[in-house]
Amino acid sequence: MNDKTRRAFLQASGFAAMGLAAPAILRLGDRAWAAEEVPVGIMYSLTGTTAIVEKSMNQCAQMAIAEINAKGGVLGKQLRPVIEDPASEPRTYSEKARKLVMEDQVPVIFGCYTTASRKAVLPVVERRKSLLVWPTWYEGEECSKNVLYAGSAVPNQQLENSLPWLKKKLGRSKLFIVGSDYAFPRGMAKTSKTICQKIGMEVVGDEYLPLGHTEWASMVSKIGASGADVIFSNVVGDSIVAFYRELRNQGYSFDKLPLCSSTTTEVEIKAMGPEYALGSYVSLPYFQTVETPQNQAFVKAFKAYAGADAVTHAAMEAVYIGVHMWAMAAEKAGEFTAKGVVSAVGGMSFDAPQGKVTIDPQNLHSYLTPRIGKTRADGLLDIVDQYPEPLLPLPYSSVGESAEKRLCTTSGASL
Amino acid sequence: METFVIGLSIGSILFMVALGLAIIYGTMKVINLAHGEMVMIGAYVTVLATRHLGLNIYLCLPLAFLVTAMFGLAIERSVVSRLYGRLLDTLLATWGIALILQQLVRIHFGLALFGIKIDGLGADLQNVPVPVELQQTWHLLGANIPVYRAFVFGIAVLLGAATWWLLYRTRFGSQLRAVSVARNTAAACGVNDKKVNALAFAYGCGLAGVAGVLVSGFKTVSPDMGTSYVVDAFLVVVAGGVGQLLGTFAAAGILGEVQSFVATWLNDVYGRTVLFAVVILILLFKPQGLFVTKSR
Repeated sequence: MNDKTRRAFLQASGFAAMGLAAPAILRLGDRAWAAEEVPVGIMYSLTGTTAIVEKSMNQCAQMAIAEINAKGGVLGKQLRPVIEDPASEPRTYSEKARKLVMEDQVPVIFGCYTTASRKAVLPVVERRKSLLVWPTWYEGEECSKNVLYAGSAVPNQQLENSLPWLKKKLGRSKLFIVGSDYAFPRGMAKTSKTICQKIGMEVVGDEYLPLGHTEWASMVSKIGASGADVIFSNVVGDSIVAFYRELRNQGYSFDKLPLCSSTTTEVEIKAMGPEYALGSYVSLPYFQTVETPQNQAFVKAFKAYAGADAVTHAAMEAVYIGVHMWAMAAEKAGEFTAKGVVSAVGGMSFDAPQGKVTIDPQNLHSYLTPRIGKTRADGLLDIVDQYPEPLLPLPYSSVGESAEKRLCTTSGASL
Repeated sequence: METFVIGLSIGSILFMVALGLAIIYGTMKVINLAHGEMVMIGAYVTVLATRHLGLNIYLCLPLAFLVTAMFGLAIERSVVSRLYGRLLDTLLATWGIALILQQLVRIHFGLALFGIKIDGLGADLQNVPVPVELQQTWHLLGANIPVYRAFVFGIAVLLGAATWWLLYRTRFGSQLRAVSVARNTAAACGVNDKKVNALAFAYGCGLAGVAGVLVSGFKTVSPDMGTSYVVDAFLVVVAGGVGQLLGTFAAAGILGEVQSFVATWLNDVYGRTVLFAVVILILLFKPQGLFVTKSR
């Protein structure tokens, strides 16, 4: 290599090094300037199949953060939302979570809606000692110390109230369980069967169709032929619409063949047209019609935030609970780290729209108030049954966890 | 009996989608991957027309036919007609069109950029009100027959008959058949094959649009609803034999019934599996499909 080219090479590599270093230097300045702010991750899909529901969750998280900031933020710092769109793809969830944790250095991610997405984010938050605040009701059987299951119902909180109610109040005893084919509906069916055995209900069918399946004719005629006198539905997403419509088209009415769902919220009812869901039941801890002063304020605030025709629903309320409880826990801990927040949040209570919500210190799940709603003509639900007190969360109820014999404790899951 | 009627209605939808595809493939050897999107457009026409024009589902049938036929004509004139004889290119081009159409519906035909939102479009799920008389069930031979499914079957038979008449009893039909058997000879005899192509494409798309109206009554309407139909319809075309009305009819019926019976007996997942197996078996023993056009 002659002298001239070597000099040119050195010059070029010098520039290259500067170019590489520049973003880091700039970012350093950025961080120093924003010392009074704390970035927090918001990760709900704005595009893709689950966007319809997750969009409202995104809005709700932003609204809750704005509320906290208006009251002076957390530990004197304003929360700065960093919004990512994981596009309904589990792999993108994992990528975006890594980006939020490593690049944006957020201490917490409010995000995910489906179990598949939570499972994709789990290894990221566990390895990086970060925190995911998970909102949706799910199948249980998880005991992570890097996930705060705030407002998220587990099977016993949706089934312990509804199945005995269907038997006692409606006098039904032959249950057909139908669901989309993945972890949540199968986990729900598992717990349902244990409870049915206890209360003397017969399970006459337990069937699944793939997520997104829209040809429900055969399934509905199979339900009719099974002799079932009540249906429990764990069907998810657009399939719900096709399923309810098919029931109507084949001449079934919810008066004669009642249906109780664990998944059909105000959003899905609006999408299918309320007349198709009229009279069907839903078991969830929150409905827009819950009569607490907190909920009236919540519904009013959300309508002001997202538009007058917006509806509130259970997954959204859970997001609201999650953001507020995380902020309270960080305030109490005096720090934003996952470890600090998690150790402070146990036993903490929040007056949520659904009523008092308390985090169990053992399993980081929430005490929630089980409710049953009956769909009415305007697409909202009348509450026909509710527990007087919040119910203990048992994520491992499908494998026999009970209040006396806890399987998920502070030291992890013991099976 | 109920299972049989469900099978018939599944078959009817398959038939309507596949018929258009078969005509298009038969005449111009173009595999139209945007065909499923024609179903989607038909469904959206129903959503918009019932919501904004106050039409009922019956009036939507001819309207959706016209609208999707216009879409078809536009696609044929602008893209497909430039790619004749290049099977792979048309495959890619029509697939691209399919994606564009899906996204256009999602972004309100681009109007969302200017802040205009049309109620009924967008990424959300939509629904269509079904007239009360179609929501009932008939009791026949000890079985409950959903009226809506019977209605779907009726329309399919009607369209099948209309298509048969068009193909075998009109001047356009004989031209179309001539073009599909021997394009150059037909052209040499004075048949305007470009015009025949364009009209056949439009007609095929129109049929898919009608299927879309019927589908909207018992399924969810969303931008990506069409994708699954094109696969199923293509199976029907292949199994029935290309360019054969009777073949498409028989294949749609058989495949619809197979899916329905296996789905009731086991479940829908097995139904689809057996469906694919049946198609493979048909192709093993009759590589040209069930019915073959004899030509020298």
